[in-house]
Amino acid sequence: MGRFLERLLQLIPVLLGVSLIVFLMLALTPGDPVEIMIGDQNMTAEQEALLRSDLGLDRPLPERFLNFLGNAVQGDFGTSYFHRRPVSEVISERLPATIELSLVAMLIALATAIPLGVAAAIHKNTIIDRIATVGSLFGVSLPGFWFGILLLMLFAVHLRLLPVSGRIGFESEVPSVTGFLLIDTLLQGRFSAFLDALKHILLPAITLGLPMTAILTRVTRTAMLEVMRQDYVAFAEAKGISRRRILFRHALKNALIPTVSVAAIETGSLLGGNMIVETVFGWPGLGRLVVESIFVRNYPLVQAAVLLYAVTYVLMNFVADILYTVLNPRVKL
Amino acid sequence: MSAVSDPATASPAASLFRRNLATFAENRLAVASAAILLGFVVMAVFAPWIAPQDPNETDLFRRLQPPAWMPGGEWAYLLGCDALGRDIFSRIIYGARISIFIGTVVVAVATVIGILAGLAAGYLRGWVDTLISRLIDILLGFPYLIFAIGLMAMMGPGLVNIILALVYKEWVIPARVVRGETLAVRELEYVEAARALGASRFHIMIREIMPNVLSAVLVVATIRMADVIILEASLSFLGLGVQPPTASWGSMVADGRAFILEAWWVSTFPGLAILTLVLVINVASQGLRDAFDPRFHE
Repeated sequence: MGRFLERLLQLIPVLLGVSLIVFLMLALTPGDPVEIMIGDQNMTAEQEALLRSDLGLDRPLPERFLNFLGNAVQGDFGTSYFHRRPVSEVISERLPATIELSLVAMLIALATAIPLGVAAAIHKNTIIDRIATVGSLFGVSLPGFWFGILLLMLFAVHLRLLPVSGRIGFESEVPSVTGFLLIDTLLQGRFSAFLDALKHILLPAITLGLPMTAILTRVTRTAMLEVMRQDYVAFAEAKGISRRRILFRHALKNALIPTVSVAAIETGSLLGGNMIVETVFGWPGLGRLVVESIFVRNYPLVQAAVLLYAVTYVLMNFVADILYTVLNPRVKL
Repeated sequence: MSAVSDPATASPAASLFRRNLATFAENRLAVASAAILLGFVVMAVFAPWIAPQDPNETDLFRRLQPPAWMPGGEWAYLLGCDALGRDIFSRIIYGARISIFIGTVVVAVATVIGILAGLAAGYLRGWVDTLISRLIDILLGFPYLIFAIGLMAMMGPGLVNIILALVYKEWVIPARVVRGETLAVRELEYVEAARALGASRFHIMIREIMPNVLSAVLVVATIRMADVIILEASLSFLGLGVQPPTASWGSMVADGRAFILEAWWVSTFPGLAILTLVLVINVASQGLRDAFDPRFHE
């Protein structure tokens, strides 16, 4: 338990540092936020000064950082220049689409990588192993934005099997309950709408999950090979326990420990990939919102999103660390 | 002071290098990849002599002209033309310059910074280590692409800014490797001996420890090159990279997005170039690692 607390306490300086960097990214940017906000409206110098002090921009940098931090903790990230609404409100509207996409991507990655990695390890140096190895090499080398476009050209344009963009067809729209369309459509018993949402999410989720699939395949394969070399597996074999039972009851359970914790760490690639994949597939999530915001210089939104992504990533790393310790009794908490 | 650097170790080290090189040479896939990689470098360096057309010359009569082997194509425009009628093949050749230049510069600068920071943290310990290690922890708290996008959003696009945005985060990776290696090496007897002989801390770090951690960090550098190239392409794809009309593979793929219905070649070929380059770097660097990193020797 001491280690758990220690790791928890270590989070504090990291989160503070992350916030400081995100704050400085915006504070040290050339260009005046007030001028961006005003845009082409006419304002007197007094009104400008008032706006500046309202935003706290006339305070010294350390004080502004403390304000930023205090507000951020309360979920207040200021006003979106572009939407003229609180940043937190705009972000929380877009968040479910991004979370849903990421979860489905992760599910696809796990469901592909674990069987593939296990099969590759069991059938080491066979054609299956080759396919898994070469496949994962391609997986880490493929630029996601290009892979997405290829999938679109093949499945949406050429074969016309799947939609080109968006989350759901116009005719399938359902009132939002959880914000996750796959759940909302089922809750309301609209099975055809569920299928429609599934069709929309398939290509973006595959694209987003590809690097993770590649990495997890490798990790699972290596871990499985490692476990299969252990004495207890040889002992179980000597006892006459069937190979199948050894592999799935004993070996796999241990081999999955690294897979699960790497999966948690690799959510970083999902978070970054979101911006790319949502842009390619016109997915109305946070990633696309951020990219759009960059081009209209809507800095408070970009700042809040970067902070949100980073904090999520730090927490996922923490979870990975804890999971590893919990799953692996040999590492003491 | 020079008494501590031992010329006698030079020849075994050289023969180890030769043996490792021989191991690498036996890995035919890795050697082939290295050869293709060299081809890309030659292409980038001699782009003006190799490219059949001017990469930025627009010609609206050739708008979305298909590749040579398709009806309407011509051999002078091998891979067809983009929406402005520019030759895709020539733009790919010029685009190699951006990818390889940024990949090399970012990794080189980050490696130098990483070596110095890692040596200082691992050898000097104390507050220097605390400061550098904290900074590393904090930077590791950002997903890479998000960090780069955030910085590019604030700094604005452009070649120098991409390099800066990537270096700010990239140096962490070699720094961690060097710090770890330094912690292990600093306790070895020969370092102890150098200290006893009164060598300065700077001398010990640079002349005694650095040569021992160099092979590990150079292997990491080659592996990192592939990631950095994908990151640059991703930034360019989003429009945050090198600005038009300069050809960059990432922005070329983005250009083609609007035409996937009628002109698949605009996005496909530049993407294929990225994939090939990244793939050969990955294969070659894995071969290097297997041959040169003692931990992978069975």
